[in-house]
Amino acid sequence: MTIYNFYIFDRNGVCLYYVEWNRRKQSGMSSEEEFKLMYGMIFSIKSFVNRISPTDVKEGFMTYKTSKYRLHFFETLSGLKFIMNTDLNVGNIRDILQQIYSTIYVEYVIKNPIIELDKPITSELFKTKLDDYMKGLPFFPAKVS
Amino acid sequence: MSRQAARGTDIRKVNGELFTLTYGALVSQLMKDYENDEEVNKQLEKMGYNIGVRLIEDFLARANIGRCNDFRETADIISKVAFKMYLGITPVISNWSPSGDEFSLLIENNPLIDFVELPDGHNALNYSNLLTGVLKGALEMVQMDVDVRFVQDQLKGDNLTELRLKFVKRLEDAIPAGED
Repeated sequence: MTIYNFYIFDRNGVCLYYVEWNRRKQSGMSSEEEFKLMYGMIFSIKSFVNRISPTDVKEGFMTYKTSKYRLHFFETLSGLKFIMNTDLNVGNIRDILQQIYSTIYVEYVIKNPIIELDKPITSELFKTKLDDYMKGLPFFPAKVS
Repeated sequence: MSRQAARGTDIRKVNGELFTLTYGALVSQLMKDYENDEEVNKQLEKMGYNIGVRLIEDFLARANIGRCNDFRETADIISKVAFKMYLGITPVISNWSPSGDEFSLLIENNPLIDFVELPDGHNALNYSNLLTGVLKGALEMVQMDVDVRFVQDQLKGDNLTELRLKFVKRLEDAIPAGED
């Protein structure tokens, strides 16, 4: 099992943070373009899912998979979006995205008064903490196979 | 909170009196700097707003609640969860407008004003105006544009402190560029 990459978007579609681990193939576009595409797709899927749902949605869109990877999506009530791409063997990791929000983002970004909330995160502390957390996850492989 | 209980003494907790005194020092410094009640109100609200914008994330992460279905539920959460969590009080919710878009929070024991007496000639000052900003900022982050103002203030001789919240509109998510 493995994690490919991870995005945090703010409520306005700004990519606050991006990191990749075992990504072997690039999308062949600039990262700004890729972020825009990712945000646009999430936005559209979300609105489609909400419109098509027979009853009022609670969680709404959470995950999709293709034959090659699985995308996991978690959105806070304040509109922050956490997106993680993994391989197909990783199951439901909603609580992990929630954990990243509450124990890493809130602790090291929100509670750091120097960080502007609408700008990409450059804090080394945040970076380190997130990386440590990810590497401690059971489905993060020790070595790239 | 279970997280707090597990840790025994919570390092995030601050002595209540220290908090009250710090707030007092802040307001009195603002009074010296601006020498104008209205301007101080404005500054307090602005500071509150900036606090609220961040506080909401801490709140959401800790309270772990779902989205509110209506404004009444929001009122309940503000009073019973948020005020309880951050100030240790539970304001009474009352005076709903007939259309359900406006209510009051009645605070009897506002911890901010524990040792405070307003000097003469400051009738326009809303000493606890930081609260209006916090509420506004926090609610804005969960897509609610809400108008918050002081109606009664114990410091001005009223029996209790009353904050009035009026729901203005729902804020929509920003649509990504090139998609309209």
